[in-house]
Amino acid sequence: MSLCNLLFGVYPYIALTVFVIGSWIRYDNEQYTWKTDSSQLLSKQGMMLASNLFHIGIIMLFLGHFAGLVLPHGLWLALGISDLAHQWIALTAGAIFGITCLVGGAMLWYRRMYNPRVRINSRRTDVFIISWLMVTLIIGLLTVPFSIGHANKGDPAVMLALAEWVKSILLLNPQPQLMEQVDPIFRLHIFFGLTVFLVFPFTRLVHILTAPFNYLTRAYQIVRTKRA
Amino acid sequence: MKIRAQFAMVFNLDKCIGCHTCSVTCKNVWTNRKGVEYAWFNNVESKPGIGYPKEWENQEKWKGGWTKLNGKLELKAGGRLKKIVQIFSNPNLPEIDDYYEPFTYDYAHLQNAPLSEAAPTARPVSQITGEKMDKITWGPNWEDDLAGEFASRARDKNFSNMEKEMYKQFENTFHMYLPRICNHCINPACVASCPSGALYKREEDGIVLADQDRCRGWRMCISGCPYKKVFFNWESSKAEKCVGCYPRVENGMPTVCSESCVGRIRYNGIILYDADKILDAASTDNEQDLYKAHLDMFVDPFDPAVIAQAKKDGITDDWILAAQKSPIYKMAVQWKIAFPLHPEYRTLPMIWYVPPLSPVQSQIDQKALPTEADGVIPKASAMRLPVKYLANLMTAGREQPIIDALNRMIAMRSYQRSVHVEGKADMRALDAVGMTEDMAKEMYRYLAIANYEDRFVIPTSKEEMRLEDYHGFQGQAGFSFGSAASVGMSPNSLFPERRKDSMEPRKLAPHADETHDVTGERY
Repeated sequence: MSLCNLLFGVYPYIALTVFVIGSWIRYDNEQYTWKTDSSQLLSKQGMMLASNLFHIGIIMLFLGHFAGLVLPHGLWLALGISDLAHQWIALTAGAIFGITCLVGGAMLWYRRMYNPRVRINSRRTDVFIISWLMVTLIIGLLTVPFSIGHANKGDPAVMLALAEWVKSILLLNPQPQLMEQVDPIFRLHIFFGLTVFLVFPFTRLVHILTAPFNYLTRAYQIVRTKRA
Repeated sequence: MKIRAQFAMVFNLDKCIGCHTCSVTCKNVWTNRKGVEYAWFNNVESKPGIGYPKEWENQEKWKGGWTKLNGKLELKAGGRLKKIVQIFSNPNLPEIDDYYEPFTYDYAHLQNAPLSEAAPTARPVSQITGEKMDKITWGPNWEDDLAGEFASRARDKNFSNMEKEMYKQFENTFHMYLPRICNHCINPACVASCPSGALYKREEDGIVLADQDRCRGWRMCISGCPYKKVFFNWESSKAEKCVGCYPRVENGMPTVCSESCVGRIRYNGIILYDADKILDAASTDNEQDLYKAHLDMFVDPFDPAVIAQAKKDGITDDWILAAQKSPIYKMAVQWKIAFPLHPEYRTLPMIWYVPPLSPVQSQIDQKALPTEADGVIPKASAMRLPVKYLANLMTAGREQPIIDALNRMIAMRSYQRSVHVEGKADMRALDAVGMTEDMAKEMYRYLAIANYEDRFVIPTSKEEMRLEDYHGFQGQAGFSFGSAASVGMSPNSLFPERRKDSMEPRKLAPHADETHDVTGERY
């Protein structure tokens, strides 16, 4: 099996399976460990800027990736967005929110590494996950010049190949050969991104799955009874 | 009308000597663990003072509790949407230094130090970083007995609308102790602030708890509580708070802080209230009327209509009896000598306080205090502790209820003094405040003698009523079928669950005249 097949035909399934099953097991059996692991109590300084930039950036990046790669290609065409326009939107939004996320994330990374209170109370996974996310993000930002190059040439082929590959994975018809035609920097970014899914259940990232949207609609007061 | 029972307490500040036994026993039972070294579910503050955490009463700074927004009750820090927007960084969260950096001492150095000219010292060590600390600059009780300069203490919020410079002078200095725990509020702001719905109030006894499994550490309760009595465990990243010693209370025992109080200042009991009135009471327009509105929520446990409704709402006979014998009901409702702490936060707190008289009796005896015409009741303005200060603590600034309470306490003392010293009952003081002799005697028994059985009237939680077959629990405690305390809450478990459909020993044997049905039995 070629490395390309392994990384883009098999690895996605390993990562996604571990992501789903691992998160499920943890939710089932380790509720107590399911938390944001906030360290704001230990050090508040700069958190208003750092945490907000990081979170807003990464959420927008996630939504952007989801819209561009997971939602069907035909949807955008039906909305009158040409592939080239799509690519410009994607790389502009990606660059803006990528930099937003990078600034916030770099502040958080610095805080985690060099704030004595935060550093000593960091688990290895805490240091690992912020570092890994930052590397993934930087590689992602490095793809932007390549995308600009493609867009300037009026050639959305790489973007379409990436979307086609994601579709092939999600439809259980993996076509790793699609990845052979894209620039190596995209392949690297995808490998790092898939690994985030792989390690997800073993890190603090699980808090994403329990984002408290139901707070918006629930009554303020909660009364529990022991009576059967 | 919907009757609910609330486990409540009264702290008689008139007798608090500030010994901190309550804090220490509580700490040893509940918070001597990593991550909550800095957390004191019970602490005793010296007042005036900025307290623990620093300036906790300044809600312009911390945005705790509730407020009225366009005529509607709303969390002071903002509603649901604002909470979600602020979830990445809670602007109102205290930092560890607002409490204090927890520390211990390097005691081992005293034994391990090499021979030296100077005696070795045990330097302070931060319990967060493990580093040596040069100097400890704040602690859980830094202002004990008015330690520190007046300027720091003067930041106390309760000085509002007072000429506080006057109290800078030594002759005018005043001082009182304020023991504080979670108020187990009827309208808790921590519960309302929790994005994941982990905090809740127990219907049976009103104790407010933080579900450790459901808490995700969004930390909104920490800032939402105006009393700053929900703490963030920085090791587990979960909210922790006073549990009202519920394992003891369920078995009819007082809380650890109450049981261990050497001054016998703490009273535990239940009080019945009308749950339909919560929103209206908490939404009272004028914050000075909140005390009255809170008081009006309590129902008379002797009223047959109340008793009938209470039974309908699932309150058992011995709980109704306990409500009738409750020291809380006597002090808060019948004698009106106990008050909530900062009712203006609109959380309807359920730890009430008897205001301290300050050393006024000896001055009356020496005729050193201006009194009313009866020669016994001092003028309200003559108290050592400014009434305004007490009113800012307990009635949102309204002075009359505090004055009335203090006068009743003085009248009781005056009457008892006449009985015990002069050997003949002098009714003047009682008459002046409209008290009967029986009431004075009973107040004396509860406040001065404070017998164990008068202080603590706690019905058990009646687990035997809750379980369909409590004999079925025989042999069930101790060994479980694994993770009994923390099975997930997902309805679709990935792993085999217990075989719930087959016969369990705890299942009720069917009555002879019933058809046998083993399905649909909930465990």
